[in-house]
Formats: sequence, C-alpha cells, structure tokens
Amino acid sequence: MSRQELLSPEGLRIDGRRANELRRTVCKQSVLTQADGSAYYEQGNTKVLAAIYGPREPRLRSNTLNDRAFVNVEFKVAPFSTNERRKRSKGDRRILEIASAVRQTFESVIVATVYPRSQIDVFLHLLQDDGGNVQACINATTLALIDAGIPMTEYICACSAGYIDETPVLDLNHTEESSFETPDLTIAVMPRSGKVTLLQMESRLEITRLEDTMLLATEGCKQIQRIMDSVVRENTRDLVEKYGQ
Amino acid sequence: MSTADLPDLAPFEQAAAKRTEATTGGETQLVTPGEPITSNTAFMRGHGTYVEEGVVISALAGVVERINKLVTVRALKARYAGEIGDVVVGRITSLAEKRWRVDLNSRQNGVLALSSINLPGGVQRRKSESDELRMRTFFAEGDLVVAEIQSLYGDGAIAIHTRSLKYGKLRNGTLVTIPPALVQRSRTHFYAIPCGVDVILGLNGYIWVSKHVDPQAIEANPEEVYSNVNDPITAEERTNVARVANCIRALSRQFIHIHDTAIVYAYEASLRFPISDLVTDSVSSEIAMEVRAKLQS
Repeated sequence: MSRQELLSPEGLRIDGRRANELRRTVCKQSVLTQADGSAYYEQGNTKVLAAIYGPREPRLRSNTLNDRAFVNVEFKVAPFSTNERRKRSKGDRRILEIASAVRQTFESVIVATVYPRSQIDVFLHLLQDDGGNVQACINATTLALIDAGIPMTEYICACSAGYIDETPVLDLNHTEESSFETPDLTIAVMPRSGKVTLLQMESRLEITRLEDTMLLATEGCKQIQRIMDSVVRENTRDLVEKYGQ
Repeated sequence: MSTADLPDLAPFEQAAAKRTEATTGGETQLVTPGEPITSNTAFMRGHGTYVEEGVVISALAGVVERINKLVTVRALKARYAGEIGDVVVGRITSLAEKRWRVDLNSRQNGVLALSSINLPGGVQRRKSESDELRMRTFFAEGDLVVAEIQSLYGDGAIAIHTRSLKYGKLRNGTLVTIPPALVQRSRTHFYAIPCGVDVILGLNGYIWVSKHVDPQAIEANPEEVYSNVNDPITAEERTNVARVANCIRALSRQFIHIHDTAIVYAYEASLRFPISDLVTDSVSSEIAMEVRAKLQS
C-alpha cells in the first residue's frame, strides 16, 4: 500500500474528523419482528444487524448447562460488505475469532443464572465493513440483548483507538486500520463501574503510549453509551405505549 | 456513583402514591441496565434487579414496579414466563419416558406427564405400562395441545396437565402466533365468537382458532378426544376461521391486546376487505383505528 497521509498537518483525518472524534453513530432497536430482540447499529460506514433468539430450549443436549444459560454467538459477513465481493466460509478464522470475542465479553455481564438449562442465541450480520467490526458487533449485541429483556448488570460499550504520528486517534476506519504504521486496540468497558471486559490489540504499540490510547478509547465508549442509552430509553417509552400496562 | 445523590424513600413513596391515585396516567419510572433505583436498604430486590454495595440496580430496560417493599423491573418484551393455572397452547416436540416435551414458547420446553392426562373415555385409573407403550396414540410429535400449567419446577421449567374435557388435543383449526405480552390473564380463555368460530387464547402467545364445536358434543363422545381427524368443515366455516385468524394477526401488528371484544370488533370491521388483505399495513391500521374507537366508547 502506498504511503497515505492519514493525519493532515491541520490535524484532520482522511474522512475529515479530528483525532478525538467518533464517526457518526446511528442505532435502532426492535428492527425485526420474529426475533426476541434485535438491533441495528451503524458507525460511519460500518453497519451491523444483531438478532437475539431466546432464552429458549438448547438446540443440542450438550449445550445444556444446569446452573446458567448457554450463550451462542454466530457472526456472518455479508458477501457485499467489502469493496471486493467475496463469499466467506463459515469456518473463517477471523470470523470465528470475532464471534468468540463477543461471546466472552457478554458472558461476564449477562445474568445467565436466572435461565438455567436454556440457550441464548446471538446472530450478528455485518452488512457493510469499514473497520471497527468488533466494536460494532459488541455495541449491537448490547442493544439487542436489552431489547430482548435479558438481564445484564450494565451496558457494555466498545470502541477502538490507535496512534498516528504521535497522536492518539479515536475510532479508526478501514483505511486507518489497514495501514501498517497504525497500531490499534479495541476495548470493551462497562461505563458505570469502569470494568474492562475486552482488550484486543494485534499490533505493536509502545508501552508508554498504551495508557493514553486506552483512555481515549474508554472516553469513546462513554460517548457511545450516551448515544445508546438515549435510544434504549426512547424504545422503552415506545414499547410502554404500545404494550400498555 | 455515590449513594448520596440517589433518590431516597420519600420521592419513591410519592411516586408510588401517585401511581395509585391515577392508575392510567400514573408516573412510570423507566430504567436502563446499570441504573441505580434506590439506595434505601428497606427495599428488597426483585426480578430484573441486583444489589451492589447496598444499592438496588436495574438489570433490564423497563418499568419499575413496587409491591410493598419488593422492587422489580419489568421488561416490556420478554419470553413467556408461566404461572400456575395459566391456559397455554403448545406443540408436542418429543416423547420421553412417561412424559411428553412440549414447546410452549417459553425459555425451556414444558413437560406433560403421562399421569396428568385424561384417558380416552374418561376412564379413571392409574396409568399402566401398556398406557406407556400407547403414548403416541394419545399425543404424537407435532400435535397441538391446550393445557393448564400444573406446577413450575425449581429451574423455571413448566409442567402442564390436560385433566379436563376443556383441555386436550386441538383440531379443526389453525394456529396464530403473537407476542405473549398482548394476551392478558382473564377469567376464561375459551371464547366462542358469534360468527361460528372458537378461539383459545394461550397466555404464551399461541392462539388457536377453530370451527365452533358444541361443548356438549365433546362430552357426549369422549372417545374422540384424541382423534387426529378433522370434522367435516364447510367452505364458509373455513373462510370464517381464516378471517378471524387474520383479524388477530392484524390486531397484534397494531399492538392491540387480544380479547373477545377486540376480536369481534375487528371481525365486524374486516368484513368489507378480502381476507388476504387484512395483514397489510394499510388495512390493519384501518381496522385497528375502528377497534380502538369502539373499545373506548
């Protein structure tokens, strides 16, 4: 890849954002009628659809846990989601990895003990890929789980941050993510208690820079939480009106 | 968040008092996961909440409800949670030793024990080994049953029974699935709609719509309880069943609670439309408007 200027001297990134700015975030709950809970999450050009089925009878006997619910996450990438049209096999390692990252993140926050011998299915579809898939998947799952009425101790919000030319930058898009010189990390936090449930980094980052990168990402998570909370409140108010007392 | 800036007992009590004086327009407290509800230790935590450092915190997005000292959060959209005595409609999914497993649209399959069914002909005796071998002649996989919840197991699983002539195998009709929140508990869940259609409102969101059968005819012929064959159904009965089924679908699309009067009003309003159009957005909202107006008057 040719060397591209990711951060202009004026401090603007290739999509015109400042270093500490999120992309435009749009989300919506209850988008599917068949699913028990669903959500659509859009961050810039990354678009994810999440559907929750359950808690329901486990599909496999071996998935029955006597003390809590079994959480199953399936992640699919639409063939039309990237520039190059490509069908991905179900066993793709990158895809399985994202699914297991989402599952591990939520196992710590879902109060699964209230649904013993049940299964909660989370189906994630990536409709458009512009970087930050893991964070978009986690945020979409949070919204869909809340919509399904599954108890969680609190929100989980995820955000990515990286480093371009000595400057920490928030919420990387695909071009920034795929540049060799940009280290990036994804963090999932519970904004109220400040606990970290996921921290993922696949490149080298100088240890002295880790802290401010993490802080910036956490700040992004808090911004996302505010957006999500207002959507959840609006949807709950809407449901109260629809279903009545 | 520190405990100091949380609402104390007083505003909470005031809110509760307000709710009792105006039950319809009463103040509802909406919460989202992780939101503190009260730091007062006089309250007990109920469903949808947890306690952390003495603060009752919501685990759901929903409405706060209070019964005496118990604080619960109710989610608006959740799976059906059974209660003893509920009338439910279910589908047999598999046979196990001395019991059937039944899909009840709940978080686990329900259980129908061989000992909690009526034998054909109303014979009263203990179920023997030969009955166990004949289980498939009573209920087989895929059969629909209407039953009552007999008990709940410790893990939340539901046990149902069909020990009444009201309950048992379903035939002569069609199943409609709607969100369980739209069916409310009432004195009876068996309705005969004047157009010659019977409706069974399962509290689990499964609704059975069938042609009208005189209850006395069932009592006169108890051998037929486990029959797998439909009675003869005329074309008129068939269209009426289809119309009522689509009326229920239309009402549920418009979030109207399903009960006998709503169904009758919807049926009357639907007569000027062809049956297949009832589930379209434009027609269903038109019907819903008429039904809402009639229900309020």
